[in-house]
Amino acid sequence: MSYLSVESLGVSYGAIKAARGVSLSIKEGETVALIGSNGAGKSSTLNAIAGLIGHTGKVGFDGIDMSSFPVHKRAAKGLALVPEGRGILGRLTVDENLRMGAYLRVDRKSIAVDLLRIYELFPRLRERRGQTGGTLSGGEQQMLAIGRALMASPKLLLLDEPSMGLAPLMVEKIFEVIREISSSGVTIFLVEQNARLALESSNRAYVMESGELTMEGDSQELLRSSKVRESYLGELNS
Amino acid sequence: MDIFFQQVINGLVLGSVYALVALGYTMVYGILGLINFAHGEVVMVGAMVALATVAYLFGYFPEMNPIVMVLIAATTSVISCMVLSYFIERLAYRPLRKAPRLAPLITAIGISILLQNLAMIIWGRQYKTVPKIFSFETREFLGANITDLQIFIIVLSAILMTLLLLIVNYSKLGRAMRATSESQRIAGLLGVNINKIISFTFVIGAGLGAVAGILVAANYSVAHYSMGFMLGLKAFTAAVLGGIGNLGGAVLGGLLLGLIESIGAGYIGDITGGFLGSHYQDVFAFLVLIIVLVFRPTGIMGERISERA
Ligand SMILES: Nc1ncnc2c1ncn2[C@@H]1O[C@H](COP(=O)(O)OP(=O)(O)OP(=O)(O)O)[C@@H](O)[C@H]1O
Ligand SMILES: [Mg+2]
Repeated sequence: MSYLSVESLGVSYGAIKAARGVSLSIKEGETVALIGSNGAGKSSTLNAIAGLIGHTGKVGFDGIDMSSFPVHKRAAKGLALVPEGRGILGRLTVDENLRMGAYLRVDRKSIAVDLLRIYELFPRLRERRGQTGGTLSGGEQQMLAIGRALMASPKLLLLDEPSMGLAPLMVEKIFEVIREISSSGVTIFLVEQNARLALESSNRAYVMESGELTMEGDSQELLRSSKVRESYLGELNS
Repeated sequence: MDIFFQQVINGLVLGSVYALVALGYTMVYGILGLINFAHGEVVMVGAMVALATVAYLFGYFPEMNPIVMVLIAATTSVISCMVLSYFIERLAYRPLRKAPRLAPLITAIGISILLQNLAMIIWGRQYKTVPKIFSFETREFLGANITDLQIFIIVLSAILMTLLLLIVNYSKLGRAMRATSESQRIAGLLGVNINKIISFTFVIGAGLGAVAGILVAANYSVAHYSMGFMLGLKAFTAAVLGGIGNLGGAVLGGLLLGLIESIGAGYIGDITGGFLGSHYQDVFAFLVLIIVLVFRPTGIMGERISERA
């Protein structure tokens, strides 16, 4: 049974149709990637699923039709999005940003435990805990964004380009964390510019081109497909 | 009697009231970027409702303990203002949230006029005097006179403002308010019900405003349907002086404006060689507003206006 099911989702900005007839499904515990070139409509799709922007079509999650839910209600159902650009609250401290992640949770004890876990995962954040979010470097902000999403203890984690603007070492670190999150049982839907990385760290993947899904399949198979290798892995003759 | 120190005390009393009202302006501005010009009228309604309640109780239950009477009146007033402000936001501002900024601003002015006229119809054109249910002691303090009421005004305002600052800076709700004020989009993503936070902001501001209205009416023993206009404008000035959007700034701006006005009024005769009298006190508030807007539009503690404009 699918955990997240999206049916003919559409997103438009005025006359621009950023996503059309997008239908996809993700099973519980899966890590699924969404790849595609710039402007393909990946962020629009993710934002629409999270309820950040209006959309047509259906978004179902865990057996509930969430299509009419506003963004905070979707969060309450267990969705957490790390948006493109990270969405750090620049005037709140690192600690406050993380605590805001747990806004919908009531169990103080397990929140405190999770906070410690995040600080263990990202020691850099612990050092900066009293600093305002706006003063962090890009990489630190990305850690904070992921840490904050984890503080929600989400059922489905939506990640929009977690590698963007990061040094290779940091990218590795972030993806290590993502694999760890995934192996702890959280379902992940990952948008990523770095197609190889995305395919290597996911079970399945979708390919998006100018607002529409054009391919879908097992990530390992897509890694071998000549179309994907040509268009997204930058291998011209193989 | 020490005139200067006397004016300082008067200024602190006046400033406490300005600060309470300024907080209402600044909180709403911080979260919506809206200057809620109807806020002054909410303060007036607070004063009028409290007065009407006291008059009613005094008329029908003259034996009632005056403290109980005041408590009932204050509660009625605070709740009325909260409900009123909730509906103003809900019915007038919320539908305009995505409209150009001028639309809610004009609406605010419209509501302000509407409330003034309603108050005039309900409570009449005449000045309403506060029944003498209390008599306050006047004390000598460092050569100046201060009444128990004035002490009460300063202390109560200080307590309320401290409470508010504690809530905003250290509670989960306050954190959500600050998150919302920074980015409604991100706050929503984290599960914050933006509309609730906005309603809460209006309601808290209105509660503080109602208290301010009651304190002003008590201090001058009089209230009038038009009193919200000038009071609102001055509190707005105080908010701008402190840096609109900044809570600490509103407190500082309020106290400063109170002091400037009252010290200015005490010496305006001397300054102008007797040409202008102390009834020109109001001039100072607007002088301050103009000076701040020209030389430091972000106010003393603010950095937000430039960011948002
Ligand atoms: N707020 C907006 N207003 C107008 N057009 C928009 C807006 N946001 C996105 N678009 C357009 O919609 C299309 C899809 O954008 P989207 O951000 O979803 O792409 P993307 O696949 O995430 O691209 P990238 O890999 O560069 O992040 C683009 O053509 C973009 O210009
Ligand atoms: Mg994108």
